[in-house]
Amino acid sequence: MPSNMSCVLCCSRLHGRYRELAPHLVPLDYTNNPDIRVPLTLIITMPELKENPFRDRIVETFSEDGHGNLTFNDFVDMFSVLCETSPRELKTIYAFKIYDFNRDNFICKEDLEKTLNKLTKGELTPEEVTLVCDKAIEEADLDGDNKLSFADFENMISKAPDFLR
Amino acid sequence: MARIVNFDLRYPLMEAGLESPVDEEGVHDSFNQLIAEQSQNGGLDALELQELQRELDEEGRDNVAYLSSPGHDYGRRQERWEAEREDDGRQTDSLAGERWSSATLKILSSMPSRTIGRSRGAIISQYYNRTMQLRRRRQSRPSIRDFSRSARPSIRGYGMEGDTTDSEGAELRKREHLVNNLQNLSVSDRVRMLRGMPLSVAEKSELRMQAMQKEQRRHSGRQIPCCSRLKYYIIIAVRQSWYSWLSFIHSLQLWQVALKRVSGRFGTGVLSYFLFLKTLLFFNLFLFLVTGAFLVLPQAVHPPLFSQGRPSFSGLELLTGAGYFSDSVMYYGYYSNYTLRKSCRVDTGGQNMSISNGTGMDCPSKRHSYNMPMAYFFTIGVSFFITGIILVYSMSKSFGQSFRIDKSHSILAMKVFCSWDFKVLKKSSVKLMSENICTQLKELLAEVNHKHVKNTVCQKLWRLTVHGIAWTICIASTTGCVIGIYYFSEHMHQNLRLFSRNTHQNPLLKEASMLALPVVVSVINLLLPGLFNAAAWMEDYDSPSVRTYVAIGRNLMLKVSVLGVLCYHWLGRVAADPASINLTCWEDFVGQELYRFLIMDFIFTLLDTLFGEFLWRLFSEKGLKRRRRPVFDIARNVLDLIYGQTLAWLGVLFTPLLPAVQILKLLLLFYIKKGSVMMNCQAPRKPYRVSQMTTIFITLLCIPSFIGASVCVTYTMWSITPSSSCGPFRQLKTMFQAGKRWVEELEKDNPSLSMLARAHAYLVENPFFLFVGAGIFLIVIYFHSQVVDGQRKIISLLQEQIENEGEDKKFLITRLQSIHEQKRTPTRRLTSQDSTC
Repeated sequence: MPSNMSCVLCCSRLHGRYRELAPHLVPLDYTNNPDIRVPLTLIITMPELKENPFRDRIVETFSEDGHGNLTFNDFVDMFSVLCETSPRELKTIYAFKIYDFNRDNFICKEDLEKTLNKLTKGELTPEEVTLVCDKAIEEADLDGDNKLSFADFENMISKAPDFLR
Repeated sequence: MARIVNFDLRYPLMEAGLESPVDEEGVHDSFNQLIAEQSQNGGLDALELQELQRELDEEGRDNVAYLSSPGHDYGRRQERWEAEREDDGRQTDSLAGERWSSATLKILSSMPSRTIGRSRGAIISQYYNRTMQLRRRRQSRPSIRDFSRSARPSIRGYGMEGDTTDSEGAELRKREHLVNNLQNLSVSDRVRMLRGMPLSVAEKSELRMQAMQKEQRRHSGRQIPCCSRLKYYIIIAVRQSWYSWLSFIHSLQLWQVALKRVSGRFGTGVLSYFLFLKTLLFFNLFLFLVTGAFLVLPQAVHPPLFSQGRPSFSGLELLTGAGYFSDSVMYYGYYSNYTLRKSCRVDTGGQNMSISNGTGMDCPSKRHSYNMPMAYFFTIGVSFFITGIILVYSMSKSFGQSFRIDKSHSILAMKVFCSWDFKVLKKSSVKLMSENICTQLKELLAEVNHKHVKNTVCQKLWRLTVHGIAWTICIASTTGCVIGIYYFSEHMHQNLRLFSRNTHQNPLLKEASMLALPVVVSVINLLLPGLFNAAAWMEDYDSPSVRTYVAIGRNLMLKVSVLGVLCYHWLGRVAADPASINLTCWEDFVGQELYRFLIMDFIFTLLDTLFGEFLWRLFSEKGLKRRRRPVFDIARNVLDLIYGQTLAWLGVLFTPLLPAVQILKLLLLFYIKKGSVMMNCQAPRKPYRVSQMTTIFITLLCIPSFIGASVCVTYTMWSITPSSSCGPFRQLKTMFQAGKRWVEELEKDNPSLSMLARAHAYLVENPFFLFVGAGIFLIVIYFHSQVVDGQRKIISLLQEQIENEGEDKKFLITRLQSIHEQKRTPTRRLTSQDSTC
């Protein structure tokens, strides 16, 4: 349960992490909410994100401008969703946004192919990639439009207990 | 017709051209501007149009067969669309030959499924509806108004978003409604709803403050009498302090850094072993606190009147538990069977204060009395009861999370989205994981494509024989070892008898010989799982999860039979006839045995870690020159932990300090295992389904382990005679009689409580009530299983409905498009531009 006290504790720790990414940009004093954005290239140097194949997409999803430059509020949002105790529904919503590369609110076949390539780092042959994407969409698509809407995605995730983060 | 085919084939090539995201951005921007001109919501992009295009293409493709039939609508429409495509220059970019008119686009872009989660207004609206539903459900209004004729959410107006002219005003109004709804919910509901909203943290805190402000304003406005306002403030203060206490506890998490390092390197599978260890630590901590506070502390402060001299400390005590420890607060025999009184001194020397009444002395301070037998009985009973409840609760919660009702068909899709372990941070582990996923996907593809390979009869028979042989080996070895333990324990028993008659033997030697049985059992526990692994390797299972389950089953069978034989040895042989081995206090003896078993188990785990992991790694790196390190066998290690915990639970009755020993053992084990894993092991190559495995382990902890231990303890308390010269239950027929005596005493002191006594006698001793209780339990389980069946049926019905909705959607889009086409056709001949509707 997020009490005010734990919010304050977490916020000060997060501010420390945010600051150490770009000490020359981020001021120590945040009381007057300055409009500072830390660019994408610095955010993805964080140890939690460095080796993650989806790091670019994750940061872009939480950024206001859509290009991956995070203000402190965006930074706090990102950690509050990615932490272990956040509810599963919230994680599902954001996971959908992350996997939706072209931001059309659907995971179409291209999105799926990009996801697969990032996961396997190009180890699969293109035919295998196409085959996997076709089969995956066939399995998960419920309303038959050949792409996954949020409802399809949520339904599939709800059956997978291993959807951790 | 050929043109259609060409057109379709061009698509994959076109998309191949969109390799870099930079291209996409350009397309996005142009379309954003375009749609922003015409509609108020955010823009579609070319890819989505291409999707719509391809959708229709596929439909068209399906109907190619019908095109030859004259007078078919679709054929004519295809031709018309094709012709239109060439003309529609304005809305297209060079890539997509789009066929949707802008009017259709405008309507499509404001469909509910495309705006949910996207704009803030849509999110607020959606959550307003959810809070409304939650309020209705909580207030338990008749639910008939929730069900319209059709159960379709879109028709019911749920989450319906349309183009509104006054979007700003509408959003503000919806926000007001949402805040209103939020403050009418209970606090926990509100917190849960706020946590689940996909808004930014700043907005959520704003909503929360607004909701709380309104509530405070409402409360302060009312005329509340003084005392209930005070009560209200006290409740608020208590709640705030409780939250801050929880957050403080949360920040003190044990071993947080170590666990993060392990999970960063090895993933969630190995992490689950360490989390299980942490859980066991907390169970033992609870047990230790309860027994320490209620048993050990009072008895330590009031040592018993008659205690014989203790032998001096020699190092062997730490292993055998006898010697210096034998007549101490550690074992059952030390505890007094009378009521402890604070300021009473027995000056008359040699007078045993009365057996269980405790009223023999006329002591002034009757308040500071502590009835030790009752305390012992109730402490053990209540702690077991609470542990059982906690275990059943965590088991059911774990079950609910990991085993879903519906059978999952979407294996491949789940693999793509859900198999990445985001906790892994190290580069080499990440590389290993992606290789892992690659292999699994290839295997799944192969499986899906070649599902029809059937084994011939010969092959099936061969596999059956191999399985049969493996199982025979396992069962035979288990039975052999169990019989071996039976006879060996009998041999030790005879040895003790000889020792007891022959008093000239060295007592240290006698103590050391007591270690023989624990060593033998630990060796069996160490070596036999290796044999089972070899048998499984011979069997060569297809799916790794079946292999894991079989391995767990065989290990479990071994451990259950070993523990069973040992319990028979202690309760059936030693406790039945303690005089034959010259034991004054058989409970002490059994307690010491359990202590020895626990220590030996720990020592052999250390040896196994040393030889199995450390030396094996050295051998494999230096000797065999391989880079493959040993894999950490999660299932086997967890089963070892469960075995140790069963021993601890068995021993609490005889050794109230055994949980403390177990705590020390677990602490040391954590650091040793962590060091060993980091130094010597590599991440498991096989896929490991963490939540299913965790559920299985918690179930194994509850059902064979805890239930078995509590059955043993209950049997001991119910039917075995306690020894007559030591312990808090001496000179009673069974330990259970202490409870009865207490009730009788209560009745004697307050005759008004005779009803209670009679009820107690009736309930506890009459087996009829046990049957009734078990019957009610079974009926409740049956009802719940029927409910689950019904839910499964509803799920399949809903899936059918979703498919129907999809068909409807496709139909409506094409009809819409055709209507717009018809409207446009007369004007097309006049101008080359199309007008917006």
